Amino acid sequence: MTLYELMAAPGRASEAVLNDTTPPEEQSALLTTMRGRLGEMRSAVRRGLESDAPSRTGMVGWNAKTLWERPDPLGAPLLKRVQAYAMAVNEENARMGRIVAAPTAGSAGTLPGALIGVGDELGFTDDALVMPLVLAAGIGDIISQTMFIAGASGGCGAEIGPSAAMAAAAVCELLGGSARQAVHAAAMALMNTIGLVCDPVGGFVEVPCVSRNAFYSVHAVAAAQLALAGLESFIPPDEVVSAMASVGRLLPPELRETGEGGLADTPTGRRIALQMAK
Amino acid sequence: MGLLEVIGPVMVGPSSSHTAGACRLALLARHTLLSPPTEATLTLHGSFAKTAKGHGTDRALAAGLLGYQPDDARIPEALTLAAREGLDLEFVTKDLGDVHPNTVQFSLAAEGETLTLTGSSLGGGVVRVFRVDGFEINFSGGYHTLLVRHTDRAGVIATVARVLADDAVNIATLHCARGSHARGQRGGAAMMSLELETPPSAHVLAYLAQLSAVAWLRLLPDVMQG
Ligand code: SF4
Repeated sequence: MTLYELMAAPGRASEAVLNDTTPPEEQSALLTTMRGRLGEMRSAVRRGLESDAPSRTGMVGWNAKTLWERPDPLGAPLLKRVQAYAMAVNEENARMGRIVAAPTAGSAGTLPGALIGVGDELGFTDDALVMPLVLAAGIGDIISQTMFIAGASGGCGAEIGPSAAMAAAAVCELLGGSARQAVHAAAMALMNTIGLVCDPVGGFVEVPCVSRNAFYSVHAVAAAQLALAGLESFIPPDEVVSAMASVGRLLPPELRETGEGGLADTPTGRRIALQMAK
Repeated sequence: MGLLEVIGPVMVGPSSSHTAGACRLALLARHTLLSPPTEATLTLHGSFAKTAKGHGTDRALAAGLLGYQPDDARIPEALTLAAREGLDLEFVTKDLGDVHPNTVQFSLAAEGETLTLTGSSLGGGVVRVFRVDGFEINFSGGYHTLLVRHTDRAGVIATVARVLADDAVNIATLHCARGSHARGQRGGAAMMSLELETPPSAHVLAYLAQLSAVAWLRLLPDVMQG
């Protein structure tokens, strides 16, 4: 299925994904597994908000808990919740804790941050989040047919980008968005991550990855908001995916998860790499 | 990627390609051996070579060789546990040529057998093995994989396919490769990898194993579950 076809689905986009990918007799088992994965995501969020144990490098570990426990000077509880949830998952990940890759481990916080964060803030039950999660998976599946989803293949735009697109579509559907709106939410999220480089300091999935998940989960919610207002990506969604892929392939190897460019190639980044090599 | 590959795996961090994928490749190598490896030389290429420590790739590879799944809480301690289990590990970095940036070559020794296996972690925990003992075969670990080392002669592939068909086992993919002997020269060494949608029954495996043209065969589990 293409995004174009998904967009034209008569009902919910998640139902179209389910029917397109899964034979009727296997659908209930799939939904049960998805429900289980949602539970795993939630448990990673919980552990991450409770722990301030530093990762092995000492670069991250306390960000989610700190944000979560501080007062909210902006008066924007949704924003705070989404960011804290996203970082909670990625800090668990950095501590070699148990998480759900969505679609990768480095980008594992974006989707739960946005989807569970919005769900909790607005009072949705976990059951209501399962079909949006299926849609997120479907969007990731479609993107992966054009580009392998990994920082190593096309930079962060090919990793956080798809995760934000998935999260945007999921949040859009959760809030009642049509298939067309959900796909446009995904496209708008993706078109605004194109070109993002993958430059993890010392090669560790910590800096910028933890804060990056916080930012791009908010970005996903923002994309859902635009789509729910009826705004659309001027460039057709499938073309946005192709653009993401071609920009990703143009990135030099230094900016594709080798830990040799960008933030990794700063004096501080190089110092961390040297320290940890010892 | 299937839906459960996109939202998944459930895994120990920090990297789906460098931790979970690495663990799965090592699991496939582990299951290609009959008994647990005692010596392992792991050659890391590209991004695997450059960021192995930061992503826990070394521990994930050790964990897979010990038979642990990607969500096993023991992964962070796998290097220590490997030493305790009598697995001698050596990591080397080397340019393996024009292959995916996340590629690892396993050179393993176990009781009475050796194995070399090379594979790549493609992203999101998806992996691909493309060389076993020098034979260019190809499998993803996402099915029940049947590996057959056999003599390169007429009818072997047909026989294997027919016996599987009689057992109602559907073949998803099939790759065959012959050894380095010259073209047209029959009777040399060959290997095939078959990805099967359901596992063949024990008597089918036993029947195939005793065929004169079959040197050995292994049934590898689906490592993409979870
Ligand atoms: S910078 Fe690289 S490792 Fe970090 S989240 Fe982005 S793609 Fe993943």
